[in-house]
Amino acid sequence: MRQLYRWVFEPGFFSSQPVHVALVLGAIVAVVSGVVGIFTVVRGQSFAGHALTDVSTAGGSGAFLVGMSPVIGFVGLGVVAAVVMDLIGARRERGRDLATGIVLGASIGLAALFLYLDTTKSATTGAAQHILFGSIFTTAPGTVPVVVGFGLVALAIVALLYRPMLLSSVSDDIAAARGVPLARVGVLFMVALAVAVGLSSLAIGAILSTALLVGPAATALRLTKRVGPAMLLASGIGVGGTWLGVLLAYDSSSWGSSHEGLPVSFFIVAVLFVTYLAVSLSPRTGRRS
Amino acid sequence: MSEEVLRVDGISVSLSGRHILEDVSFGINAGEFTGLIGSNGAGKTTLLRVVLGLQRPGRGQVLMRGRALSRGNRSVGYVPQKVVLDPDMPMRARDVVALGLDGHRFGIPLPSARRRQAVDEMLRAVDAQAFAEARVGELSGGEQQRVLIAHALIGRPALLLLDEPLANLDLRSAQEIVALLDRIADEHQVAVLLSAHEINPLLPVMDRVVYLAGGRAASGTTDEVIRSDVLSGLYGHHVDVLHVHGRVLVVAGA
Repeated sequence: MRQLYRWVFEPGFFSSQPVHVALVLGAIVAVVSGVVGIFTVVRGQSFAGHALTDVSTAGGSGAFLVGMSPVIGFVGLGVVAAVVMDLIGARRERGRDLATGIVLGASIGLAALFLYLDTTKSATTGAAQHILFGSIFTTAPGTVPVVVGFGLVALAIVALLYRPMLLSSVSDDIAAARGVPLARVGVLFMVALAVAVGLSSLAIGAILSTALLVGPAATALRLTKRVGPAMLLASGIGVGGTWLGVLLAYDSSSWGSSHEGLPVSFFIVAVLFVTYLAVSLSPRTGRRS
Repeated sequence: MSEEVLRVDGISVSLSGRHILEDVSFGINAGEFTGLIGSNGAGKTTLLRVVLGLQRPGRGQVLMRGRALSRGNRSVGYVPQKVVLDPDMPMRARDVVALGLDGHRFGIPLPSARRRQAVDEMLRAVDAQAFAEARVGELSGGEQQRVLIAHALIGRPALLLLDEPLANLDLRSAQEIVALLDRIADEHQVAVLLSAHEINPLLPVMDRVVYLAGGRAASGTTDEVIRSDVLSGLYGHHVDVLHVHGRVLVVAGA
């Protein structure tokens, strides 16, 4: 029994401060991503979410360059881009995809420049790794309150827009006729989406952040036919996946002979992906009874 | 004579230089079933959008019980055309109906017995209890129409607008929806205004018809409107109205 326990939880797991920070950070980010992710999937805005990950890359690498906490860059530039995307795309019918594509391209260009400067100007070579693939083990404990603050903003926006967004997912025509300010609802949700993407960029990296946003939400939507439970389920799957990923990454340092841990982002994304696969291959629940 | 609920008075609408509606006037009474008939592009949707306050008319006004109508007015229930409910959408039929009560409000709804009771009552009114708990995106077209009608009706509107609700329904489902709306108009004393490009499914229940052609409208009972001389005047060329086995055929003259 004791053997098994030591095998599952490598010595030092519960006393390590980076692990504590990683578990707390991972849980907050997973909850925010789960809640925002449900509406991202329901509103069909996964592409916008994906574009925001590239914006996050640019923001995070830019912040690194000037010595700021990357989370400020991840979220900050994401929010600015979300508003810009909405301003460009609001006028035309098919403008949304167009605006998303334009902002996406520009951000990758910026990210290329910033990452180049990050790696050439600073002595550390870890910048690109941290920005692109996350820094959940190396985030300073002082960042946690910032993450909590951003997370509360995103959750508050979703709570505020809950009913109007559901109504508009049934029919934009009905929502407009009922006096819902669709344009303002749209841009405000984009801000929540940018915050969620920014936070999960910090946890599992800018490139992988949509995995935490869309994966648990898509899994939850297959398991329940109600929005509230779907949000709880998506958050739970996200937290579970993140924690299991952190544990596996911690343990992985004792697997080989090199004593080098494998990247935590890999484990988190792998757990979430396997969960989705298992759920989508099993017979679907929530069908007509 | 029942009370007049809606008065459309001299409405004209031009969109990018094209005259869509020209001097359209008619009235609708409580408890009456009115068919808004016209071919595709006749201006039916534009007219409904004007009534909903989503389209500003160039001229004319829309009065609801003598008062000017504005967007978001709770006394109008609305079922738009071509509502696509995604099968993955995490909503049961009853959730969609509940959104009819307070979907426009901000914030998260608190569970309440009164809310639940109102939803149950509405589901019963449209014969939707059997699929109340099902995912709304997995229901058939006719079942979805029932849910959307309950959604529009739960706010106790005086006027129910439906934009082409029979399009894409098979004949039997269409007949069921028409019969349901006729019953609702009577039981809830709500004025029903339903747009359609095909008049025949509505003939058994229509109290009045508003016929749109070339941007202009003729209104009255079917016997007053669906006549060769009236429709010829509307179309601006000769039109024959044929009665075949209780069905009406409107045929452009040679």
